[in-house]
Amino acid sequence: MLTFLVRRIATIVPTLVFVSMLIFGLQQLLPGDPAVVLAGEDRDPDVVAYLQKKMHLDQPLPVRYLYWIDGVLRGDLGESLRMQKPVLALIVEKLPVTLELACMAIVIALAIGVPAGIVSAVRRNTAWDYAANAVALWGLSTPNFWLGIMLILLFSVTLGWLPASGFVSPFEDLTANLAALIMPAFVLGNAIAAVLMRHTRSAMLQVLSSDYVRTARAKGLSEAAVILKHALRNALIPVITLGALELGTLLSGAVLTEQVFTIPGFGKLIVDAVFNRDYAVVQGVVLFTATAYIVLNLLADIAYVVVNPQMRAQ
Amino acid sequence: MATPADLERVAGGPARAAPRTHPFRRLVRRRGAAVGLAVIASFVALAVLAPAVAPYDPLATSWSAIRKAPTAAHWFGTDEIGRDVLARVIWGARASLLAGVVSVLISLAIGVPVGLLAGYAGGKVDMLISRLTDAVLACPFLILAIALAAFLGPSLTNAMIAIGVSATPVFVRLTRGQAMAVKAEEYVLAARAIGNPPWRIALAHVLPNIVPALIVQATLAIAAAVIAEASLSFLGLGQQPPAPSWGSMLNTAKNYIDNAPWMAIWPGVSIFVLVLSFNLVGDGLRDALDPRHA
Repeated sequence: MLTFLVRRIATIVPTLVFVSMLIFGLQQLLPGDPAVVLAGEDRDPDVVAYLQKKMHLDQPLPVRYLYWIDGVLRGDLGESLRMQKPVLALIVEKLPVTLELACMAIVIALAIGVPAGIVSAVRRNTAWDYAANAVALWGLSTPNFWLGIMLILLFSVTLGWLPASGFVSPFEDLTANLAALIMPAFVLGNAIAAVLMRHTRSAMLQVLSSDYVRTARAKGLSEAAVILKHALRNALIPVITLGALELGTLLSGAVLTEQVFTIPGFGKLIVDAVFNRDYAVVQGVVLFTATAYIVLNLLADIAYVVVNPQMRAQ
Repeated sequence: MATPADLERVAGGPARAAPRTHPFRRLVRRRGAAVGLAVIASFVALAVLAPAVAPYDPLATSWSAIRKAPTAAHWFGTDEIGRDVLARVIWGARASLLAGVVSVLISLAIGVPVGLLAGYAGGKVDMLISRLTDAVLACPFLILAIALAAFLGPSLTNAMIAIGVSATPVFVRLTRGQAMAVKAEEYVLAARAIGNPPWRIALAHVLPNIVPALIVQATLAIAAAVIAEASLSFLGLGQQPPAPSWGSMLNTAKNYIDNAPWMAIWPGVSIFVLVLSFNLVGDGLRDALDPRHA
């Protein structure tokens, strides 16, 4: 287990180094002097001079990268020129909103995807299976920002049941908070539910044809006990790992969902930064999401080994 | 974009039984894939023939027809400055299809040679390429595309580049995995034994055998690229106004959802139907090209 941990952690180090190089390299795509571009439309000479000095633009590229990564390792992701705040502080400020949205989306995705996958596998090649597959295909093919607009049309404009946009902190008013987040969470969870359904179905089909399930049936256990106690437990192991890979979909989806429902989270931060040409924020957000993605995948891999006795033995 | 599970679905393994019927026949026998192909062909025809079939100029404004509900004159209604929504949906198909196809071609053009190199050369080259691929894959697809489009500047061309580059690692991984499996096959060993240079073995013996898996992945990637282009245009980073694009139409439409819902319905339905069709064809191709799925 310890060897696995050390080896697994060792593989993420070069990945993180390459990620940082890639994100630093984004700056090089800017046409002309980066300091002039980063200074925004005003191009205040003082700001340009400050940026040229801060970014060490008189130094060769590798040296500039080393200065930049040194700052990143000390928690300095740069400063937002528009908001006059450190990028890390902005990320920390916006993250709880997106995390709450993401957690609700995961709950919705699990509540739809896993049961649909089980039913689809247990009732293979029946109307239930076809219906579940159709729902999964629908989830994978629907652009989530359009689904969001359609839900606003139905539940906010036509029925008047839910607010069309905005965010209320759960500490201020929990009911208003849930009312504001239920539609965006459903939109975000919808695509992930489709992926989870496919993974669960595939894992369940594999497990249901295994010897120990046949033995459980031969012992005279009820079908529900066979499916829920014996088959599902093992089928969910790969679903955990594959589900963790959907974090990218969740973060990408959050960008669009927060834009549609005007939620002041992480996704809206990057979009606003793009339009304000606040490139340090864009870089900081991409670096943060990539690092979070790598670390969470590492945790999912560790969880996979912890819950799987076969892997532990190896 | 594609998850590793998709890659597993797509890859299936290089060694396959010789198909008895032509793959295209097996594809069109699947009802979903046949419908998907027909829908894609219709969209392509609409996009190509847009100047002839669109009922109005997609840029022509009419101050007397602002936000008019669907009528016999304007089947899909009009938008906030009186432009015909049907004409814009038809012309918008051009941007979506173009972005879908061109960005996947960019991914293939970079991903396949790099993946072949990694899979065939192995060793340190493979390790370096694999770590680079992991790094790009670690950045969520749309967030990387947004960042690239932001730094390159907002335009349809830059959006296609951003989507293509962001989707490349999937093709590198797929090609690498397939190339590694194929290079151990006896016919490749035989080609090497008679003295063929590595580049010829890679191009003439390895590449043709991984084409089926690439075709399946490319079809599914087009579906993802169509959504990505619409997403970038929705955010204002793709096709720029007043040129029509389904994503930018939805961006405007969301501001008028309470009094002109038709502005949002049709571009969204178009994206959904086109993406669904590519997904159906992708799933059908996977089954048709890999007998084990049949």
